[in-house]
Amino acid sequence: MTQTRRTWWRTGLGVVFTALMLFPVYWMINVSFTRDQDMRKSPPYWFPVHGTLEGYRAVLEQQGPYLATSLVVGLGTVALTLVIAAPAAYSLAKLRPRGGGVLSFVLLIAQMIPGVIMAMGFYAIYLSTGVLNTVPGLIVADSTLAVPFAVLIFTAFMSGIPEELMQAARVDGAGAFRTFWSVVLPVSRNSVITVSLFAFLWAWSDFVFASTLDQGGGHQPITLGIYHYIGNNNQEWNAIMATAVVASIPATVLLVIAQRYVAAGVTAGAVKD
Amino acid sequence: MKHATQTPAPPTAAGRRERAPASRAGGGRRAFARRSGQWAAWAFLAPVVVYLLAFYVYPLYRNVDLSLRNYTVRSFVQGDAPFTGLANYAKVVRDATFGPALWHTVVFTAVSLAFQFTIGLALAVFFTRNFRLSATLRALFLVPWLLPLIVSSSTWSWMLNSESGVVNAALAAVGIDPVNWLTSPDWSLWSVTIANIWIGIPFNLVVLYSGLQAIPSHIHEAAALDGATGWQRFWRVTFPLLRPVSAITLLLGLVYTLKVFDIIWIMTKGGPSDASTTLATWSYRLGFGNLLPSFGPGAAVGNLLIVIALVFGLVYIRVQRRQGAA
Repeated sequence: MTQTRRTWWRTGLGVVFTALMLFPVYWMINVSFTRDQDMRKSPPYWFPVHGTLEGYRAVLEQQGPYLATSLVVGLGTVALTLVIAAPAAYSLAKLRPRGGGVLSFVLLIAQMIPGVIMAMGFYAIYLSTGVLNTVPGLIVADSTLAVPFAVLIFTAFMSGIPEELMQAARVDGAGAFRTFWSVVLPVSRNSVITVSLFAFLWAWSDFVFASTLDQGGGHQPITLGIYHYIGNNNQEWNAIMATAVVASIPATVLLVIAQRYVAAGVTAGAVKD
Repeated sequence: MKHATQTPAPPTAAGRRERAPASRAGGGRRAFARRSGQWAAWAFLAPVVVYLLAFYVYPLYRNVDLSLRNYTVRSFVQGDAPFTGLANYAKVVRDATFGPALWHTVVFTAVSLAFQFTIGLALAVFFTRNFRLSATLRALFLVPWLLPLIVSSSTWSWMLNSESGVVNAALAAVGIDPVNWLTSPDWSLWSVTIANIWIGIPFNLVVLYSGLQAIPSHIHEAAALDGATGWQRFWRVTFPLLRPVSAITLLLGLVYTLKVFDIIWIMTKGGPSDASTTLATWSYRLGFGNLLPSFGPGAAVGNLLIVIALVFGLVYIRVQRRQGAA
């Protein structure tokens, strides 16, 4: 009896904490439904009492191409990241290359380089090679956010694949490539999902590379769509917030369908146990 | 969560230990197999090595090159800028923005870390008690961390708007005068710091929570039997046992926070009059923020930032390695 009353008290407190934490998210949604004439009202409406879909209509009319570009960039980044990272991790985890430790160290360091600085180097290269303002250029730059992380996650996971499984494949006459393709990759499905989720999310959310390497591009991602909005019409905050809500959909979907992979990704980079 | 991070560890160590003697005992044929094994191993590594050279090393090299030359827009396209050695660095360090930018970077990073860590730890301790909905609520806490930074930054911009922001409306309700969060030089650095703390809490919560889960529960039970109160148990038992995870969390947070650019740029552009400029936003503004870019100085600031980040990055790796060995 006391036990249950106690847990309910904790649940109540937990709900309050969560509500406080998520208030900005709620406010974004609330503003996205607010009419223009109520936008500067003081005090503001705490709920969308005169809710309008004006903002979302603006998103549908104006932001479609941006969203499509972000989707392409996100999927391209996932593909490139998997192709580069999975074989490397297989080698580091199972084939014991000489110098593998140094490579892992380099990957750890690579994760720490600020994106702003990478952007400047990429800008110089892209300008002289004509890749500036192109979608493939943006995909390559965005993949640098994910590749080192992906190799480290994959390596941690693949190290755990039992040696007996590898030996069984070898006895059956499978070479290194066949073992990788038919044994290691299928077993690593969970880590493939984790890596894909994060690579997509980081590419989708990227602003630094988009604003430097694609600012004059014909196909721009949604982060630039929002940025132009903020710059151009400071008044239509319902449209800005509606775009922000739409841009948050992938993050929300990922959290709902793949919560345990997300938590795994957050901890995997930091805690080694 | 535990499945992906923790279970793989034991088999690795065991597997390595079993195999090591076998390969050492091998004769000529084994040595050949090992050499061809090395070829296969490096064949799988080749893509990532080429990738790192092309998309990490080369951009960083170009960045260093930028910082050592006197670039104009024309010579940037033609690539014939004169070599000027460390002139850009000297110029940048003597610039009136350098001192404030460095100081703002320190304040932004230190205050962010202190609050993210403290709040994250308090929440992690709170969530270790099992109660109804605890897993769901903990998952919801991840939302701020997953949102695109431009989404959270523009939301905070509007919430902190001087005339129409909800924060000032709430302050007015309790009789406090409105604050010019983003437009006053006294407040803009605090505003971007608050937004950054909000974004960083989930990371601290999740990592510290998993650290707390790893502490065996019988230690707490023993302390409770010895008559320790909840508060004593936390400071005398939990906190010391959590120190390795805390160190990792703080160092990783430090490296992340030094890089923060989006939040500040979107909320204040480093302004007003450089009041919230950090090294990261200053570097961006020099390179991309003006109609007439000054790539050389921008790259110089960026390289200084890399050096600072790498110093702490190496400390982090050292701490992590030592914990891995222990």
